[in-house]
Amino acid sequence: MSSPGFTNLNSSVSYSQNSTPNGGAAPPFQNGPAQTYQSMYPPTGCYGAPPQQQSYPTIPAHSTPAPHKAPITNSAHSANYYQSNHQQQQHHHQLPQHHVAPSQYSAPSSSVPPSQPHPTLHSSVPPPSNAQYNQQQHPPYATPGSYYGQQSYHSQQQQQQQQPNLVPAPAGGPGAPLYPIVSYPSAPGSSQYGTLSSSQSTSAPGVPPTQMGAPLHQYSTSRPAPTTAVQPGYSVAPTSQLGPTVNGQGSTVHQHYDQSHQASLSYDSYGRVTHSSGGADADRPPSGTPSTSVHSSPGHHQGVQYGYVANSGASSASATTSGPAAAPLSSSSEDDDDDEEEDEEAGGDTSSSSTGSASPVPNSYDSLEGGNYPDSMPPSNDMTNQAAPYGSYGYPSMEPAYQQGPASHTDSSPSHDLYSQSSYQQYSQPFPNLSQLSAALGGLSGVPELEVEALRPVNLLQERNLLPPRPLEAPEPNLSPDLKKVNCSPHTFRCTLTSIPQTQALLNKARLPLGLLLHPFRDLQLPVITSNTIVRCRSCRTYINPFVTFLDQRRWKCNLCYRVNDVPDEFMYNPVTRSYGEPHKRPEVQNSTVEFIASSDYMLRPPQPAAYLFVLDVSHNAVEAGYLKYFCELLLDNLDKLPGDTRTRVGFLTFDNTIHFYNLQEGLSQPQMLVVSDIDDVFIPSHDSLMVNLKESKELVKDLLTSLPAMFSQSRETHSALGPALQAAFKLMSPTGGRVTVFQTQLPTLGAGALQSREDPNQRSSTKGVQHLGPATDFYKKLALDCSGQQIGVDLFLLSSQYADLASLSCISKYSAGSIFYYPSFHYIHNPAQLEKFQRDLERYFTRKIGFEAVMRIRCTKGLSIHTFHGNFFVRSTDLLSLANVNPDSAFAVQMSIEDSLADSSLACFQAALLYTSSKGKRRIRVHTLCLPVVNQLSDVYAGADVQAVTCLLANMAIDRSISSSLSDARDALVNAVVDLVSAYKSNVSNLQQSGLVVPAAMRLFPVYILSLLKQKALRTGTSTRLDERVFAMCEFKTQPLQQLMRMVHPDLYRLDNMSDQGALHLNDTVVPQPHLLHLSAERLSRDGAFLMDCGYVFYLWIGKCCSEVFIRDVLGCPNYASIPPNMSHIPELETPLSERVRAFLDWLQDNRAFSSMIHIVKDDASAKATFFQHLVEDRSESASSYYEFLQHIQQQMSK
Amino acid sequence: MMVLLLIIAFDELKTDYKNPIDQCNTLNPTVEKVKKIKRVKIALKLVLPEYLIHFFFCVMFFCAAEWLTLCLNLPLLAYHVWRYMSRPVMSCPGLYDPTTIMNADILAFCQKEGWCKLAFYLLSFFYYLYGMIYVLVSS
Repeated sequence: MSSPGFTNLNSSVSYSQNSTPNGGAAPPFQNGPAQTYQSMYPPTGCYGAPPQQQSYPTIPAHSTPAPHKAPITNSAHSANYYQSNHQQQQHHHQLPQHHVAPSQYSAPSSSVPPSQPHPTLHSSVPPPSNAQYNQQQHPPYATPGSYYGQQSYHSQQQQQQQQPNLVPAPAGGPGAPLYPIVSYPSAPGSSQYGTLSSSQSTSAPGVPPTQMGAPLHQYSTSRPAPTTAVQPGYSVAPTSQLGPTVNGQGSTVHQHYDQSHQASLSYDSYGRVTHSSGGADADRPPSGTPSTSVHSSPGHHQGVQYGYVANSGASSASATTSGPAAAPLSSSSEDDDDDEEEDEEAGGDTSSSSTGSASPVPNSYDSLEGGNYPDSMPPSNDMTNQAAPYGSYGYPSMEPAYQQGPASHTDSSPSHDLYSQSSYQQYSQPFPNLSQLSAALGGLSGVPELEVEALRPVNLLQERNLLPPRPLEAPEPNLSPDLKKVNCSPHTFRCTLTSIPQTQALLNKARLPLGLLLHPFRDLQLPVITSNTIVRCRSCRTYINPFVTFLDQRRWKCNLCYRVNDVPDEFMYNPVTRSYGEPHKRPEVQNSTVEFIASSDYMLRPPQPAAYLFVLDVSHNAVEAGYLKYFCELLLDNLDKLPGDTRTRVGFLTFDNTIHFYNLQEGLSQPQMLVVSDIDDVFIPSHDSLMVNLKESKELVKDLLTSLPAMFSQSRETHSALGPALQAAFKLMSPTGGRVTVFQTQLPTLGAGALQSREDPNQRSSTKGVQHLGPATDFYKKLALDCSGQQIGVDLFLLSSQYADLASLSCISKYSAGSIFYYPSFHYIHNPAQLEKFQRDLERYFTRKIGFEAVMRIRCTKGLSIHTFHGNFFVRSTDLLSLANVNPDSAFAVQMSIEDSLADSSLACFQAALLYTSSKGKRRIRVHTLCLPVVNQLSDVYAGADVQAVTCLLANMAIDRSISSSLSDARDALVNAVVDLVSAYKSNVSNLQQSGLVVPAAMRLFPVYILSLLKQKALRTGTSTRLDERVFAMCEFKTQPLQQLMRMVHPDLYRLDNMSDQGALHLNDTVVPQPHLLHLSAERLSRDGAFLMDCGYVFYLWIGKCCSEVFIRDVLGCPNYASIPPNMSHIPELETPLSERVRAFLDWLQDNRAFSSMIHIVKDDASAKATFFQHLVEDRSESASSYYEFLQHIQQQMSK
Repeated sequence: MMVLLLIIAFDELKTDYKNPIDQCNTLNPTVEKVKKIKRVKIALKLVLPEYLIHFFFCVMFFCAAEWLTLCLNLPLLAYHVWRYMSRPVMSCPGLYDPTTIMNADILAFCQKEGWCKLAFYLLSFFYYLYGMIYVLVSS
């Protein structure tokens, strides 16, 4: 790209180049383009003003100006030309100073000091003000400045009657230094010019390469910004073109805006800045996008093209700009509030208030716009905004540009701007491109191939092979390659619609849920950033991320609220490259997932030590199940691997009908057991010796763990006082917070929180509806909320063979952000499979990462709002989750709604920020940012639909529904989701009048997935399902990450006995074969094969009766089918190539999952068959229809 | 009648007081978290008195043989009974569950409910006022 070159140039250097050329014979052209332009323009350029028209044909950019200005401008131009030269020279004289201190020139000088005076002056006395201004500020300029200013003024007045106000505003906008700009554009209006210059600056960097290739196109594309600036002038004169008019209006509006800004706010400097920033943003998108260029190029003559381009650019940009404009207002008023909040929360993500406040501003803004110029307004605002700010920046460059020709001006000016070049170009290019691209793609321009494929109508009744050969990957959002590269990983952050619909109406039309699936704390290698100041948006508290736009070296614009913020000094230094002045190269801006080390601002209290309390059921039931021995063994093994540091604290607490505490104080010869039998009023016998430092008391802890299993082996106590034990745990932990791990083996029967058995075994297979899915008491919920308030997370291990009312018990974990494990019919002898699973899970559980006292806030682009959260947490605010503990295996889902139209932005961004205390006592913030395009076509929405994410979100919604309403309601809702989708697609998108069920290819698996959901334990009816298992499955749905959940819902089926190396992966000398996915139907199985089913937590290896003996011998190590043992649960490590390949494949499947999966060898006989065949969801089961029947059912529903 | 009026005024005040609360919940939902929880708790404390007072009114109307007024109030009474019967599981009196109140649907519903009730109480307040004055004048 051109950008690098530009960036390389120091601002001063670039400047000097410009100046010299200017001083020389052909100043103008050279100035602007710097590199590229010079080459292009030179011929036309030097004598640009008169020859402008001539130049047009050859170079679009040049041409553009001419059309705009019409005769007046030209004349003015010519006249000015020499003057301008003068100016330049003068300028140059002055320039040296500027060079010395580039800052003055660029942002600071123009924006802050000059801007204020200017606006006011202009408003009061437009024409004179310019003159005055110029004189005062820049003596040399003064005359020319005034001259120009007046001209421009007149022209504006004449042409743009609407904008009486505007005139002053534009003048003001450009800023005193800019005045040349203003004057020049006579027709367009000063503001426009400003825009031009600015936009050009942005565009220019990007442009150079493109221009070289195809002048016209390039021009249009690259130029968009400049054109926009020009446009205003256009609008007045050539009304015929839509674009121009719009622009003109826009400019007018803008001016209004500016004025209001100035008048109402003392903010001026800020306002300017913001405007400029807005402008910059606007510019960028246009410049980048090819789409825009396409538009412009076609029929129109150059002038037209320009207008057009500008418009497109403007519109795309408009969204962004409007945001900024609004933002400043809000920010100014809100700043105080924010700060206060921050103080209060001390480290929590405070932004909630700020975001909220931001929204009101936009509204007012909208109203402003709406009143005057309904449609055109938003874009226009952008334009004007841009213009003004730019002017200030571009100022030096501007003059040269002027002299030559309007077009050249714009071009040259941008290049001149130091800022634009360095910071801008690089940044602006990728981003603008993206945004524009997406916008263009969404709306107007051609549809990419991917989309075509995703939209291919699929008749489900005819096409039977729907599965892709490999497990489905998340669809890629339709973004530019640069954005895609930095976008958040779909494993971490996924949206159901990778193209966000513009309005709620469009979303409703699509009949698909909009939501996010988050796995924020998953195990990752992250860039960790330590810095004193964490750069965040001042109004919405968004963390800086790759999708913000840098307006120049010193300012960036928030991509969520569009506020323009300052770049702090520290941020200018890039620790990675050890260079200064490259804020855009910082890791925060290069990665969409980053982790910050937070300062003390982000702490309410000193970071807590890692604290673990184990609450163990030692009643007779527990002793029978025999878990205690394995727990103690595993904990002993992993004692050193518990995440933590030297401050780590542990404690133990056992209970049956009484509660036993263990004094592990350092110095004791052996652990002391303290028994509290008063369970109605639990007290803590000793406050400082029950939770002990693990390092200091390690020997005592080991003693205790070795003696515990024997201590209760004779227990005959059958009652369980879980409630009081939890209360005791709460009291024990509340000073520090931490993690409480509860092992429970039966229904709690004593004290607070005692439960009754609510399950009627005879109703297990009832189709009428399932009762008691909700809690029987709110004791656990209230306790969980108390725990959450004290930063205590409670994890529940339920190892019950009887009904234990998980629906009630699970509340303790649900609202304290814990996790739930359930081992039905756990017994250490009779159920070795569960025992092994328990051991594996426990090992992972002990050693996995953990975050304490966490909060997670999810922010999204203005206009989007969060509707509902799913997962284990407590919702503290509309966008803030309180997570007492956060673990790497739990995920969250968020339903979103679109409150305001997103029409004014082409990108929607979501940011999840997780603030937590690591087990080492470090306060950290993990930030994920996801960026998605906004579209306004239904077909694009469908093309971007992520069928897996949709399914998972629907599953979460169905769980909620089944608890709040009834299971049958939830099931109906799921079926209706399919019906709605098919009929919506049929009526709105598909123009094929074919019969049958037609869905877009992107959603072709949707009915299968929904059918699988309906056959899951959580949602099935008619099949005998124990209530606890059902409830546990529901909990899993709510907390499992998407990948895992999809494997549980719709397992992957592979054929293993005939794997070929075709398409195999080669990893580290091992060949990992990649067998094809098979449909989950018995017809895909064959008796002579061996099939692997990957259900997430468990693998089933199904061996057919006539499976080749080679496979059985080489892989399983058994001579023949009959000799395979019935409960085989491992693959022996044989040295045969077949075995190696199978194991390589299994290991590869295991690789990225947190909990290692068990493997069960299933023989083709009755006993184990049921477990395997219940996962073949496409087949009919005793109580549920087959896939084909399901489709027919859908069709019936549709025809109703 | 006089007494009724007085109490009505109380009721009116109370509802007026209550409404800002759930109203606040949605009007500035993003502002603060801790305060929000407190508000929910306040709402818990307010709901039951409101129901009781309304019930008391109905009883008074019944005693005073104000059949028309009673009829006007019966639907709301029935609604209150239904609402309280179908409240989420909780051990303390109250209607709102702090863990679900932030759900957008529930929040919107509570807010709408508050507004409707406010309108109803306001209208009935004026109706009672009218009734009282009418009685005073005619006697």
